[in-house]
This record gives sequence, C-alpha cells and structure tokens, in this order.
Amino acid sequence: MMEWISVALIAVGAFFFLAGSIGVLRFPDVYTRLHALTKADNLGLGFVVLGLSLRAGSWVVVLKMLLIWSLVIVAGATAGHLVAEAARTSNVPPWRKRS
Amino acid sequence: MVLVGFASVLMLTVIAGLIRVERGPNPADRMLAAQLFGTTGVAILLLLADAMEIPALRDVALVFALLAAMAAVAFVKRAWHPGPHEKGEQP
Repeated sequence: MMEWISVALIAVGAFFFLAGSIGVLRFPDVYTRLHALTKADNLGLGFVVLGLSLRAGSWVVVLKMLLIWSLVIVAGATAGHLVAEAARTSNVPPWRKRS
Repeated sequence: MVLVGFASVLMLTVIAGLIRVERGPNPADRMLAAQLFGTTGVAILLLLADAMEIPALRDVALVFALLAAMAAVAFVKRAWHPGPHEKGEQP
C-alpha cells in the first residue's frame, strides 16, 4: 500500500516537472518562463521528496531530503527575483498579446 | 526499477529544456534553462540515490542545488550586465 502511494506521489511530481519544462519551452517571454520554472519545478521536487520519504529507511534521510528541498525553494525564489529584476532594468520588454 | 523509470522521464524533460538553451533569444532565457537543469537534476539524483542505494548521491544533490543558486547569482551580477566601463551606453 505504502509502495503504491509513494509511486503515485513521485508520478505527480514527474508530471509537475513535465509541466514546468513545457512551460519553459512554450511561454513567450522571460517573465512568464520564470513563472513556469520557479513554481512548477519546486512543487514537483516537493512531491518527489514526499514520495521518497515514504520509502526511506530512517528519519535522518527524510530530514536531509526535506533540507535539500527547502534549499532549492529558497534558491529558486531568490534566483527568480534576481533574474526578473535584471531583465527589467535592462529593458527586456514584457510580452503583450497581439491585437 | 520504477524509480529509474521516473528518473529517465525527468532526464527527457531536461533534454527538452535544451531546446530553450539553443533558441535563446536573450541570455536570461538560456540561464533559465540552466536553473531548470539544477532543480530537475536534484530530483533525478534523489531518485537514483534511493533506487541504486547509493546514499552519497544525496550529497551530490545538495551540491547541485547550491551550485544552481550560485550560478544564478553570478550570472545576474557578473555575466549579463555590461561592466562598469560600458555603463554610459545604457539608456
């Protein structure tokens, strides 16, 4: 039972990674790509960590994976803001719908 | 075995991300794809650490996360902006 829940959670995580990659490929400008990248991927990693935690042998391993996840979240948020700010100050135009 | 399969799927999404590196159009887009590799690489390494029972791969994942953050900061601060002597040309 635990095995199946774990596999299902990892599958959900892989789906979010897929969505993030498609977003990076398909979205029209830097800002929207940042949106796809920093949110979908970090959520996907969260699901993968959750799924792996169910099959982990000890609490130390779970704690370590949670720490890695939190580092990725903090780093992703910081990098996203830095890149967006740099794009804005160097006048990269935001995408507008053609009318 | 299932975990290795998921790791392969994630690897395919990384390869798809390479298309964005190739297309650009500006340096920030290429850097975003590198960030994507960072996050996905951490997930792949965590999956493989469990599947192949190599706990050291979790440490590698930690280093991956740290390097992706450092790369983003270094890119924004050093690589993208024109240096101080070129600043006069900025609008």
